[in-house]
Amino acid sequence: MIAIWEAVYRLGVDILGLWKPYLFPSPLSVVKTLAELVRDQTLAIALIASAKRIVVGYLVSIMTGIIIGLTIVRFKWLDENVSALILGLQTLPSICWLPFAILWYGLNESAIIFVIAVGSTFAIAIAIESGIKNVNPLFVRAAKTMGASGFKVYWNVIIPASLPNLITGLKQGWSFAWRALMAGEMMSATKGLGQVLMVGRDLADISQVTAVMIVIVLLGVSVDKLIFGRIELDIRQKWGLDRS
Amino acid sequence: MSLIVENVSKSFATKRQQIHTLDNVSAEFKQGEFVCILGPSGCGKSTLLNIIAGLEAPSGGRVVLNGKEVKGAGPDRVVMFQEAALFPWLKVIDNVEFGMKIAGIPPAERREKALKYLKMVHLTRFQDAYIHELSGGMRQRVALARALTLDSEVLLMDEPFAALDSQTKSILQLELQHIWWETKKTIIFVTHNVEEAVLLADRVVVMSANPGRIKKEFPIQLARPRQPENVDLTYLVAGIMKELKEEVEKVAKAEFDNNWRLQKNIILPSIDSDLGSGL
Repeated sequence: MIAIWEAVYRLGVDILGLWKPYLFPSPLSVVKTLAELVRDQTLAIALIASAKRIVVGYLVSIMTGIIIGLTIVRFKWLDENVSALILGLQTLPSICWLPFAILWYGLNESAIIFVIAVGSTFAIAIAIESGIKNVNPLFVRAAKTMGASGFKVYWNVIIPASLPNLITGLKQGWSFAWRALMAGEMMSATKGLGQVLMVGRDLADISQVTAVMIVIVLLGVSVDKLIFGRIELDIRQKWGLDRS
Repeated sequence: MSLIVENVSKSFATKRQQIHTLDNVSAEFKQGEFVCILGPSGCGKSTLLNIIAGLEAPSGGRVVLNGKEVKGAGPDRVVMFQEAALFPWLKVIDNVEFGMKIAGIPPAERREKALKYLKMVHLTRFQDAYIHELSGGMRQRVALARALTLDSEVLLMDEPFAALDSQTKSILQLELQHIWWETKKTIIFVTHNVEEAVLLADRVVVMSANPGRIKKEFPIQLARPRQPENVDLTYLVAGIMKELKEEVEKVAKAEFDNNWRLQKNIILPSIDSDLGSGL
């Protein structure tokens, strides 16, 4: 792949002169820029700033998502009235909340964290709601005849039974949060991965832009595989969902 | 132990009419008795069991266990369902311990008891397996062990072997007789299979459909353990089958078109046919 990339670069930029060098990155210069970004610690600082934001934002969204989800399940009239609204809000790209957030919080961390939280809360709330609704009623009946009631049914049956759905929701929430973070940083941050990306644009440095994009992709994939992938695999094996 | 069902009725209102699933059903169950409730599908036998379990509320009448009216489900009336209803996120041993965990029994004690009953159903080797690794018959064994750990007064079984293949079924029927003998539990067993009912029960209660009523009771006084190929058993089955056939036909008539007759569906040639003699 990298060889093809290099070949296309050579052909397009050097030989045919179709593209200007600042419009098409070469893999060599991308690697060089990446090394440079690592060496002068731009990347490390950006990563730490971004990580802080996403961890806080994601935790906030998990908490509010769980609260919203459980409340909707608990009260039927809420479910009937609010569900459609939540579905609507989820389709709203999270970056649309940025102007709102800036007016509320100003140009600072809170605004970006707000955008992250809003971006993933609704996905998590919907997953929790559908997860709980799809729990096999037989499990609940069996638990009841064994003496479980109220909170015990929730804790011992409904929550573990809806876990496969919950994990899917958390994963989706994570990817929404990650996108919201990048969007937020590109628009308004003074540090962070998104901001480094924008600096690359401002300096017309296509290699830096590409390098940061690669970092973002790698991070997204590795969190997905290493954290959510493992939990998901564990659940699927226990439940016997993997047999094909 | 005394379990009395007093004039229990259950009706649903649909748009067109009032449907009486159960109409004034009364019954009494004695300590240590094995009773089979037999009836065609749709006669309300499962509904009756659910009402005794407390999973459904009757629209009239009441169920009294040891002088107390049944309100809601509870561990004194454990139910075994047609599907094992085991929890896929727990190991076999944790599934068996589930009811005891809810009851707040300390871990060491419940492990010991769970192993005792797993041994009774011959599945100690699989204690650390997950549910999806077990066959249908093994799952029902685990469900039985789980039900037994709660020392309930009554064990309610809702067609627990109906989804199993016939070999597994007959092994489990034999074992259930042994386990009932060992534990001396009161068992109320719902089934639509006449052979199964006669094989297992001290008393077979035949229900009629539309509205669901108790039609007739048959005491089964045969020696145990019973074998399905026993001649006396077959004789009793034939008698009950006759009683049941009317009901089956009644239900079928309600479900199929008006021109349906049971006789018409016989595949055997009638005596009027010429057996191909004109060829």
